[in-house]
Amino acid sequence: MSEHHNHEMHGYYTGDIHNQFVPEHYDPKNRSVIWKTFWILLFITIGEVAIAFTSLSKELLMVIFIVLTIVKAYFIVAFFMHLKHEKLSLAYCILLPFILIVYLIAMSLTEANYLNLWDLIFK
Amino acid sequence: MAAEATLNNENSNSKPWGGGVSPFGISWGKMMMWFFLVSDAFTFSSLIIAYGAFRHRHTQVWPTANDVFTHFPFVHEHLPLAYVGLMTFILIMSSVTMVLAVDAGHRRDNRGVAIWLGLTVIGGFMFVGSQAWEWYNFITGTPKGALITNMGEVYRFPENAPSLHGGAHGHTAIPDWALISPDHKVISDKAEVERIKSISKPIKGANLVNNEYGHPLFADFFFFITGFHGFHVFSGVVINLIIFFNVLSGVYVRRGHYEHIEKTGLYWHFVDLVWVFVFTFFYLV
Repeated sequence: MSEHHNHEMHGYYTGDIHNQFVPEHYDPKNRSVIWKTFWILLFITIGEVAIAFTSLSKELLMVIFIVLTIVKAYFIVAFFMHLKHEKLSLAYCILLPFILIVYLIAMSLTEANYLNLWDLIFK
Repeated sequence: MAAEATLNNENSNSKPWGGGVSPFGISWGKMMMWFFLVSDAFTFSSLIIAYGAFRHRHTQVWPTANDVFTHFPFVHEHLPLAYVGLMTFILIMSSVTMVLAVDAGHRRDNRGVAIWLGLTVIGGFMFVGSQAWEWYNFITGTPKGALITNMGEVYRFPENAPSLHGGAHGHTAIPDWALISPDHKVISDKAEVERIKSISKPIKGANLVNNEYGHPLFADFFFFITGFHGFHVFSGVVINLIIFFNVLSGVYVRRGHYEHIEKTGLYWHFVDLVWVFVFTFFYLV
């Protein structure tokens, strides 16, 4: 019981004008997670450079590269920036606005492809 | 005032939104850093999406990155992707040293924070230096340059288009006197080559107006996006240096916590995150 209480109270006061109490849960396994993340990022990057010189079609390569980029972004945000260990409410506040970016991509590329087609037909 | 705030914290109820505690369980400063990074990510997204839109708009005449960024220090052959792969490695590595500095801060290990933060600063300088070299090569261009017609179309020489030689796409020998059209086709008809030469003048390297590798918008977006990213890296290095001297003078030992390292760490990882996207959309795709 007392150990549980200690765990709850572990943290620090920021000492600034808010003097807010910030809970801290230090895990000694963090360092092995950091190095695992590093190796994953390194292998994905080497793999990307390697498959760029294969005879796979450009469209397939583009899909593979974009998927691998999102995988790398996940590892950086989740483990280097510790978002995986923050509260879910914070993660939603940070990630949900990017739905607008998906919309902007769809809108911009549709318009660009249409203008390109226009040139091909009328120029 | 401080005592009152402490009292409030201790007397607060257990509900996260009940008042008296941070609902997200993180400090105010860290939350604000996260929200700044979201807005900065929107800025970078808009820039990269604008690049994507203009690339799709001019997809037939867009330069091939493997013909543009082929330099590697002390190597004379074309080596596409090698140098930028090395730059990516440097930035990932400096992200690792940064997160190890944050980890040392959690253990209140001042010496460890100083060492890892120092290595992060070195990695940051190496990356900014690499980017300067990349810009230098792009601005000076190839020894022979290219031809630009009075219509503004760029015709390149075969030696500057290694992606059309051999590789996975056949081994057709391209004659020395041929030209490569803006839409990456080989022009080996002698009369046509002479006609293009008669209406063209030579250009060399890339700037905001002309680009010997092809469409000028490629150079414009390259300078703007990698420049904006490089400016972020440079700012990060300066902030890390300030924090590094704070660590050396024992500021955080006296303060009792290393929250500052966590905040700059978030910014530094964000810079790495943006580079992952720049690497994909400028070099790989």
